[in-house]
Amino acid sequence: MTRVALTEVTSEPGVVIEPPRGVFHLDVKSIWQYRVLLYFLIWRDLKVRYKQTVIGIGWAIIQPLVSMLIFTVIFGYFAKLPSDGLPYPIFAYTALLPWNYFASALHRCSVSIVGDAHLVTKVYFPRLILPIAGTISGLVDFSISFILLIGMMLWYGVFPTWSALTIPIFLMFALGTALAIGLWLAALNVRYRDVGYTIPFLVQVWMFLSPIVYPVTIIPEKYQLLYRLNPMVGVIEGFRWALLGKGNPSPWLMAVSAAVISVFFAAGLLFFKKMEQTFADIV
Amino acid sequence: MTDVAIRADKLSKRYKIGARQNRHDTLRDQVVNSMKSLFSRNGHGASRETRSSMACAQASDSAGPRSSSINHSDHIWALKDVSFEVKHGEVVGFIGRNGAGKSTLLKILSRITQPTTGRAEISGRVVSLLEVGTGFHPELTGRENIYLNGAILGMKKWEIATKFDEIVAFSEIEKFIDTPVKRYSSGMYVRLAFAVAAHLEPEILIVDEVLAVGDIAFQKKCLGKINQVARDGRTVLLVTHNTDSAATLCNRAVLLKAGHVVLSGPSGQVISQYLAEIMQKEKDKAFRNCERTGNGKILIRSFHLESPNGQVLNTAKTGSPAVFVFGFENCVCQPSDKISLGFSIHDRRGYGLLNYYSHFSGVSYENLPAKGHFKCLLPELPLAPGEYNLMCRAVSISGQTTVQEVDWPHVFVPISVTNGDFFGTGVHLASEGPLLIKGEWSMGALADQPAIETAVSGLV
Repeated sequence: MTRVALTEVTSEPGVVIEPPRGVFHLDVKSIWQYRVLLYFLIWRDLKVRYKQTVIGIGWAIIQPLVSMLIFTVIFGYFAKLPSDGLPYPIFAYTALLPWNYFASALHRCSVSIVGDAHLVTKVYFPRLILPIAGTISGLVDFSISFILLIGMMLWYGVFPTWSALTIPIFLMFALGTALAIGLWLAALNVRYRDVGYTIPFLVQVWMFLSPIVYPVTIIPEKYQLLYRLNPMVGVIEGFRWALLGKGNPSPWLMAVSAAVISVFFAAGLLFFKKMEQTFADIV
Repeated sequence: MTDVAIRADKLSKRYKIGARQNRHDTLRDQVVNSMKSLFSRNGHGASRETRSSMACAQASDSAGPRSSSINHSDHIWALKDVSFEVKHGEVVGFIGRNGAGKSTLLKILSRITQPTTGRAEISGRVVSLLEVGTGFHPELTGRENIYLNGAILGMKKWEIATKFDEIVAFSEIEKFIDTPVKRYSSGMYVRLAFAVAAHLEPEILIVDEVLAVGDIAFQKKCLGKINQVARDGRTVLLVTHNTDSAATLCNRAVLLKAGHVVLSGPSGQVISQYLAEIMQKEKDKAFRNCERTGNGKILIRSFHLESPNGQVLNTAKTGSPAVFVFGFENCVCQPSDKISLGFSIHDRRGYGLLNYYSHFSGVSYENLPAKGHFKCLLPELPLAPGEYNLMCRAVSISGQTTVQEVDWPHVFVPISVTNGDFFGTGVHLASEGPLLIKGEWSMGALADQPAIETAVSGLV
């Protein structure tokens, strides 16, 4: 060991590099410092997403539209599932909106670290920016498919009330759920690429555990509480209530959702921060 | 701001070898384990393991495939107790062979990965360039990638906007700025990437091997840019294999070997030691692994150059005395066998220049010891400055004729020859052919011949 140029200086170091400590340290400030990068990563996602496609951003509408048509034919027309007295297409589409956003946000969030492995191994930035960017960039697709919903509402003569203004709240719940679970999956995916194969499966199962093709009311009373541990139930119910005036997301049920999300989010954050230290070494 | 830009104190980094082979651990086990360590304060119990693996590391130091420290629990210390200080405005080169820990060190200093133990303090805005074009997206245009890459390297949006034209001009790809970079040639890609990086204004710049890109003209431009950064009084940390660029750019160099700092000081000194070590290692390795022919009664095991007073030389000097030393091992030689040792010198491409056996000078050896060396002193080395290859061979002789080949290692040993005063007149030759001769000149006059003859013969 050689020590060179010994100089006694009382320094004010800009950065101190130390081994990872067990203490949980959520560095919100550094995320704020790197907001330009967050912005550019979202921007990149949007720029790249529909490059070299003919239909382009139209895919943001076609995807939920086709799902809606299939659901309407299979579940509404053949299976005759109840739809709270609403026309089935609009009933399904209102749920598909937040669901599609959630599913894509969850997916992008989960693959965010692995997908940008070349960044993680070559540049420093708060790693949390990647999953956050993954969840936010889906909001643009959401907004575009929302336009179609407005068209459908006009067609079916369903007019929103002031309650429509609460949509952002429910959307935040969907974002929170995606991020809460996505943080776990993103961190796990770095070590276990199995996660990548699990996500489509997880999303599919989760979809049928959420009231997309059927109304909340078909779940028997005694399972309702258990059922509502799924935060997406509250989100979808909230969307139907806010836009179509059906259903009743009572504040305390939303509080249950919020609690579930918070627990998963806090634990996910902890897990992510813990795993973060090894990302560059094992990704 | 203080005087010291970077202070590293006993930085160490341990990697798990084959971390990926743990796949058959079930995911569930791993989740349970991570949860456990998540809630225990000191994640890995690092301090205890550290001590035990250090002990093992020393024991098996030379055995590792990366010649790094390996212990029984499949850990490797990519970096061990590395301490140094870099002052503001210094340009420091980190050199060492592959696996010496250079890149790990830079990754720690650029906060990509964390050290296992130790600590470093950095004062000033750091930009690290471990690769050119990090985060370039093939689908995006050159223009878009400039912004993206700039943001990734820590530039603000307005900073990129103000420097945009300069970046484009530097990269020399104005025409293609709105073309997706996936349609770029690799040269264009690299030029654009370096252009962005070159316009960062960090107080501390950390660069890894990026000089090895682009054509020669562009490499020169890059070197110039780094030089300029250094001249602006900014601190530069450079990791490179290229000792030439390290020598020209850096004031100071740090030599890393198997994760340790082995030498630190003025760059010229550190670099020459590094080169000497590499060369010696290669020479030794050459004799160990080469193909051989001959009866094998003796084996030639090593070769090096010495000065007449026995000092090992890394390079020989034109016109100076040089001793060629051939180490041998006597296997089954009879005392009566007469051995002649010879060597040939070839140019870089292997073309033979000369060939010399000891028996040409009437020298042969009998009664060889079990181990020993043959030495041949050339009082004035007749080779022009440059790189040469040496090959050696032992034969048994009877009188002046070769009887049998004893040992011929089929290997070229590189020799470099530096400029020296061969003629003793201060005339230095460069690229005038590999062999030098000198003789005694004289002139005479023939009375009955026209004087012009002398001039003509002088030209021949």
